[in-house]
Amino acid sequence: MATVQIEVPTSARERKRNLLDFADWTADEIGALFDTADVMAQVLTRTIKKVPALQGFTVGTLFFEDSTRTRLSFERAARAQSADVISFASGGSSLSKGESLKDTLRTIDQMQADLYVVRHACAGVPHQIARWTEASVVNAGDGRRSHPTQALLDAYTFRGRFPGFDGFAGKRLAIVGDVMHSRVARSNVELWRKLGGEVVLCGPPPLLPPDVAPGVARTHRLEEALEGAHAVMALRLQRERMASPLLPSATEYVARYQVTETALELAHPDALVMHPGPLNRDIEIASEVADGPRSVIEAQVAAGVPIRMAVLYTLLVGKR
Amino acid sequence: MSRLVILDARLVDGSGELGRGDVVVEDGRIAALGEGVGAGVQADRTVLAGGRTLTPALIDLHAHLREPGQEVKEDLASGLAAAAAGGFGTVVSMANTSPVVDEPGLVADLVAKADALRVGGRGAARLRPAASLSHGLRGQALTDFAALQAAGAVMITDDGIPVADGRLMRSACEYARDLGLVVQTHSEDPSLRGDGVMNEGIVSQELGLPGNPTAAEAVMVARDCEVALLTGARVHIAHVSCKRAMQVIEHYKALGAPVTCEVTPHHLTLTDEALRSFDPVFKVAPPLRTADDVAYLRDAVRRGVVDSIGTDHAPHTRAEKELDLGSAPFGLPNIEVALPLLYTRLVLAGELGETDLLRLLQDGPAEVMGWPAPRLEVGAPADLVLIDLEDERAVEPERFRSKAKFSPWAGERLRGWPWLTLIDGEVAFEAPEAVV
Repeated sequence: MATVQIEVPTSARERKRNLLDFADWTADEIGALFDTADVMAQVLTRTIKKVPALQGFTVGTLFFEDSTRTRLSFERAARAQSADVISFASGGSSLSKGESLKDTLRTIDQMQADLYVVRHACAGVPHQIARWTEASVVNAGDGRRSHPTQALLDAYTFRGRFPGFDGFAGKRLAIVGDVMHSRVARSNVELWRKLGGEVVLCGPPPLLPPDVAPGVARTHRLEEALEGAHAVMALRLQRERMASPLLPSATEYVARYQVTETALELAHPDALVMHPGPLNRDIEIASEVADGPRSVIEAQVAAGVPIRMAVLYTLLVGKR
Repeated sequence: MSRLVILDARLVDGSGELGRGDVVVEDGRIAALGEGVGAGVQADRTVLAGGRTLTPALIDLHAHLREPGQEVKEDLASGLAAAAAGGFGTVVSMANTSPVVDEPGLVADLVAKADALRVGGRGAARLRPAASLSHGLRGQALTDFAALQAAGAVMITDDGIPVADGRLMRSACEYARDLGLVVQTHSEDPSLRGDGVMNEGIVSQELGLPGNPTAAEAVMVARDCEVALLTGARVHIAHVSCKRAMQVIEHYKALGAPVTCEVTPHHLTLTDEALRSFDPVFKVAPPLRTADDVAYLRDAVRRGVVDSIGTDHAPHTRAEKELDLGSAPFGLPNIEVALPLLYTRLVLAGELGETDLLRLLQDGPAEVMGWPAPRLEVGAPADLVLIDLEDERAVEPERFRSKAKFSPWAGERLRGWPWLTLIDGEVAFEAPEAVV
């Protein structure tokens, strides 16, 4: 193994225990995390894409909801730093197996992991688990609530790709689609505002109720949302919502809310287009946009591993 | 003949303050009461009340005792002992058990078991079971109200599950009116409620938890009040949780609709902010609402709009409440803390008079059911509770008689704890502190 030292900013060494959401993270701490991710991204360009930074640590991925992509990204991030990885996957509620969540966690906790990466279909589970364990907890998506590493990699991508980036102040992110059911939207609102940027939310009325994110600009008109936006994020519209009591049809949604080249003419000339994936091509986003020059969708995916490396490193190092 | 004497109590009932005095209980009834009547009386047991407050035992029209079928959560023995420890002498048990209490034989079984529990003073409140409105709580076919009533059912309710079908609700009310039965409703519109696990609002949106809007409750309360108006049946709206639902009830009461309503201890003391802990102990149906709603409910209590306080005691296993918020069941246990909680948070806080609180736990529920008002008077049944209004003590769930040994109020210091509960003149509960 290559014993290459990695340089990280001093501020990142002030260890935080958990990443559940951004409530107890400052803009400076997040900035340091981005700087650490830059180092990690550089590691991933080397011939030998592995450093011993987390050797001896064990990362447990606890996925109570399926998500192969996010789990792989975290596992890659752990292994690239020489951490051991244990994985637990379980669909549905643990009660169906006669076991409470707390008992499940107690059992897993006997494996002595140092950090858990938790994904669950219900909001709040990472918070519950953080109360029941001494290990660190990273929220990998809980219900509609939060998906902080996705928001981090989105902002990190913007920071790296927006021409002449000089900070988030004055930069406007437009989030378009099913805001109500989206943990990606909630986390991005929280992070983008913490970093000093502006957010405007857009979607059909049933998917963007008035009490979502109080104090954040909102509109049901795509043109209003996109006007002058520096980044446009289209959210995945789940199939089961397309014809339901919530929406008349996919056709109606496409006509009014699809992010198209024409609609993007209203945005900032350098505006970037983002999508948290997986894509419903030609539903929430036109193919020509997803594959076009403004799209940084692939860069978002690529940012996933370095951001998660930085999160694991920041939470674990200095613990012993 | 058995005789028990209580010396030097402060006597209070729904008619007001009766001064200090003694009470002599013979064969389950009050044989004498007043200043000095207990002096020198030979008795099997003499209780030195020391000025503590003696009042008729409380009545709870809404408790989930889980028998038959869910004894892992609670059973008649633990639930009725918990009720007695909470100062309750009479409890109406809900029918959402397994099997559902929808057949006369099941009602008769419950009555017989509960009667057996009271033999020999083993410490149990009186049980007056409710029976379900629909078979299996499926909301499709009516149960046989007349036969259920003959077997001992005092109330008809599908509590736990709203009656979605308006035609079924109407038929139920038509039968209930004819039989003089009270129909209690769990009023929430199922489609508007959706998969909500907490109050819909700023907090639910921030927490990313599916919300249940107050409109779901208000529209169903409106329907149930209209059906009461249409049929003339006595409809009792259970666990009103929000301002809008209460305003609808006020509207229909003003029209003279035969409607009464209940609020619970938790909806009077907790808000949706509690869900920020993501602790499923706070998951109840209807959900905990906003501080505005709590203030409105308290105001409605003061203005006499609310007829009764029912606990909606809903025990679950600890493991069930250590699931995620989506999977954990609705309901919390509270029958052992209801009185001290409300005494401390409402009476001591100056928001409600002591006799007003007692009225909502004694005369109020009796009036809802058409039962005689419980009174401290010679010849009345000796269902009594002696309350210590001074002793301040923390809520200790591990001491609960209920099998559900957890509480939203764990550790909270409260006053107004029951000291002694008598049912039919027998000691059904005695605080450890009371045993000399």
